[in-house]
Amino acid sequence: MGILEVKDVGKRFGGLQALGDVNLSVAQNSVHAIIGPNGAGKSTLLNCLVGKLIPDSGSVMFDGQSVLGRKPYEINQMGISRVFQTPEIFGDLTVLENMMIPCFARRDGSFRLHAFESVNREHDLVEKAEQMLIDVNMIDKRHMQTASMSRGDKRRLEMAMCLVQEPRLLLLDEPTAGMARADTNNTIDLLKEIKETRNITMAIIEHDMHVVFSLADRITVLAQGTPLVEDTPDKIKGHPKVREAYLGEAH
Amino acid sequence: MLGLNTKDTTLLIVVAVLALGAPFILNPFPEASSLAQFNAGYPDLMQRFAIFGIFAIGFNILFGLTGYLSFGHAAFLGVGSYSAVWMFKLLGMNVLPAIALSIIVAGLFALLIGYISLRRSGIYFSILTLAFAQMSFNLAYSVLTPITNGETGLQLTLSDPRIFGQSATSDGGIPVTNLLPGFEMRETFTWEIGPWLFQFNTGYYLCAAFLLLAFYLSVRIFRSPFGLMLRAVKSNQQRMHYTGLNTRPYTLAAFVISGMYAGLAGGLLASMDPLAGAERMQWTASGEVVLMTILGGAGTLIGPVLGAGFIKYFENIFSKINDSVLHGWFGFMPDGMENAIIFVSHFFVGKSWHLTLGLLFMLVVTFLPGGLVEGGQRIGRLFRRKPAKDPKSADMKPAE
Amino acid sequence: MDAIILQILNGLDKGSAYALIALGLTLIFGTLGVVNFAHGALFMIGAFCAVTVQRILNLSYETIDPSQTDFLGNPLVVKTPYVHSWFGPETGASIIEWSVPIAIIFAIPIMIAIGFIMERGLIKHFYKRPHADQILVTFGLAIVLQELIKYFYGANPIQTGAPDVFRGSFDFGVLLGFDPNVIIYPYWRLVYFAFAAVIIGAVFAFLQFTTFGMVVRAGMADRETVGLLGINIDKKFTIMFGLAAAVAGLAGVMYAPINSPNYHMGMDFLVLSFVVVVVGGMGSLPGAVLAGFLLGILESFASMNEIKSILPGIDQIIIYLVAIIILLTRPRGLMGRKGVMED
Repeated sequence: MGILEVKDVGKRFGGLQALGDVNLSVAQNSVHAIIGPNGAGKSTLLNCLVGKLIPDSGSVMFDGQSVLGRKPYEINQMGISRVFQTPEIFGDLTVLENMMIPCFARRDGSFRLHAFESVNREHDLVEKAEQMLIDVNMIDKRHMQTASMSRGDKRRLEMAMCLVQEPRLLLLDEPTAGMARADTNNTIDLLKEIKETRNITMAIIEHDMHVVFSLADRITVLAQGTPLVEDTPDKIKGHPKVREAYLGEAH
Repeated sequence: MLGLNTKDTTLLIVVAVLALGAPFILNPFPEASSLAQFNAGYPDLMQRFAIFGIFAIGFNILFGLTGYLSFGHAAFLGVGSYSAVWMFKLLGMNVLPAIALSIIVAGLFALLIGYISLRRSGIYFSILTLAFAQMSFNLAYSVLTPITNGETGLQLTLSDPRIFGQSATSDGGIPVTNLLPGFEMRETFTWEIGPWLFQFNTGYYLCAAFLLLAFYLSVRIFRSPFGLMLRAVKSNQQRMHYTGLNTRPYTLAAFVISGMYAGLAGGLLASMDPLAGAERMQWTASGEVVLMTILGGAGTLIGPVLGAGFIKYFENIFSKINDSVLHGWFGFMPDGMENAIIFVSHFFVGKSWHLTLGLLFMLVVTFLPGGLVEGGQRIGRLFRRKPAKDPKSADMKPAE
Repeated sequence: MDAIILQILNGLDKGSAYALIALGLTLIFGTLGVVNFAHGALFMIGAFCAVTVQRILNLSYETIDPSQTDFLGNPLVVKTPYVHSWFGPETGASIIEWSVPIAIIFAIPIMIAIGFIMERGLIKHFYKRPHADQILVTFGLAIVLQELIKYFYGANPIQTGAPDVFRGSFDFGVLLGFDPNVIIYPYWRLVYFAFAAVIIGAVFAFLQFTTFGMVVRAGMADRETVGLLGINIDKKFTIMFGLAAAVAGLAGVMYAPINSPNYHMGMDFLVLSFVVVVVGGMGSLPGAVLAGFLLGILESFASMNEIKSILPGIDQIIIYLVAIIILLTRPRGLMGRKGVMED
């Protein structure tokens, strides 16, 4: 029984069957990659997991609780954090302020009217945020305004913001999309480090084979809204169906 | 001090000194001199500085932090004024219960309007608040006349019950507003030093006290986790949601708080001069507080106070300038040039003061989006070269 | 039944004005992505074009007529408009009488010029700025324009008459088989409605059948793609702005006889027109027109005594109330497209 159980999830947009009977099980403390050609329904599936879309049928259980019908912030409070394809951070705030927000969200829940304390006096949380910045090698940038940072740094910050929440499941939506090679390698290193040191459950949607095969414990191949195969990276590499649906296209 | 860091404490002290010393600071010119017309140290005007300062500080908590541009905030000020006048009519002339009711009623009204309007954002939010404010304004003029007294405006009369006071004074007049019996709002102590004349007015000092309190609370809010959340709302709502935060209650709380500030301002206006009219709720009045905040610098602490003071001061001075004043100034010039200058000046002074305001506003939005505060910072930077920032010693970067 | 027809008719002229202003607002918003709070001021300037033309045509020289004396026995000073002496008293008189329609000829180039200047001088710097900044700067501009008009024309409404042929009313009731004098409708309002219909039709035809219009429509659907096609969109934006200004100005010129122009009429109409745009659906031209007429008619129904006696004050708030309900239940508005400022 995995921490995330997706059962028979289907989603239609008008006449288009975006997802049809998707079944997926993400085991605790594993890295599960979902790959597939463009239009395979990867993003739709992810959006169904985080509350942005509600599937027409099926169920999504996280740690024994259904996530369907819950708002994104409620699902996050259950322990699911999400990294976006283009890094979503608070561009008007500094790096440290960016980090403080998930810290407050983790401690105080989805809303608390703490209007009279000072942010600077929350020593525990500041320390926690700074420790995380040290871990991701960004501590010297903590007073930097984030809007002017490189895409790789933004990704790194976004990842740190998710990690500081100590999520039980981290969802990554094409974390290296649109990145220069150097930034991609950087991100892969960071993800590997996270995997090794934090023992965290991750689900990655990815286009880049290099990223997937160097990280994933298990891979699900999605094509036309349905899972083709699910197996370990070694088996997937040689699988004829996969070659046909995906790798064939890629080469 | 008071839970603030050194920089904020300094700012608070500066504001306190300015507010308390205003009767001196705003009257720098001797009474008989020709420059006395630039003095602003008389009670009526000083009260307006403080009251509109409070209004703008409150508006800034919503607009400056969250970026939600309300075009209906005057409705809360109007509601506050009406509530206060009703307290004077029913209960008595003490201002404190009246102000308390103003804040509560405006807060509840803001809760209702905010709850509905905040379901949308961006320009839709602006239009919803505008629609609500215009509705309130139209209703105050029409069906709600029993409560608002329509076009005449709500006033005190000799037949008001005033159960904890008296309907009429012993000499048959309408009683005046007070803080404690005998401590009247209109009371002014004048102090003559040589050719200078300084006026100390009870009402002004009450307003100034509330201004300081309002300013202090806004500093605390800006520096708090709540304030940080509001700035995050402005920056990226999507990230907020996926970080487990529900933005709606945050924005609603900001809306209600700023509505209560507006209610306080309305209550104080009525306490200084116990009448209330629907024109206080018109959308041009809402536009005015937007102007003040932007002109001073939205999202900054001191900006709204500066903006309110600036606009109220120049409104007063510019609208006083008429032909004879202009002739007095430019009389030394050759006639043709004098007349030309006076002709051009006409566009900007006296009744045309709003033209100056509109132009100024366009210039500020176009060239100086950070308002007067940004202007000051730019000038400051010209004079001293910025010392290199030491990341270790810097605190979390505060919003100025 | 007759009362209903009457209210629909009464709503038409205001509805026409709403529709015309909202049309321009939507054109500007849809193509340029700019929220123009100064659009009401353009409507007002149009109305003052009518006032100005009327004044110019009335410019007179003074002669002393010794054959007539005033009550003090002095020779009477007679004012004769120049047009009388140029075209003869009869033609001159009718030229003055027709000053509002004549004003249209002058208003078109003037309004287009104002639109160009506004766009080139101010608006273009705000394409990439947030909507709040656009609202604020155009709000400032609206104040400036309004104060300038107030400076030159004073604060009081200025009566501007329609040509004599259009004074008086048309008895609609008789036409529809009701008793005489039940449904009467002033001619000029009828003219206004017809005029609005022509303008709206012309704008739609222009957008539908010209290459320029095609680009504009494509731009409204997807601004970025059109920009990528390398079409010189900047110039088209300027023309678009001039067009929208002209539509607002013409709406104003023709409205002058219905409501004596005053300096704050622009603001009054602007607030309502924005509501109209939102109800119609931000960025939808047919939506703006439909909502303009609907709200105009609705407002006129709400001011019926029968309705006011049940719901006092409803006429004052009906438009806002409808807008609030629409915004909350159908944020796209009546005919708004998906994805246009939807949040």
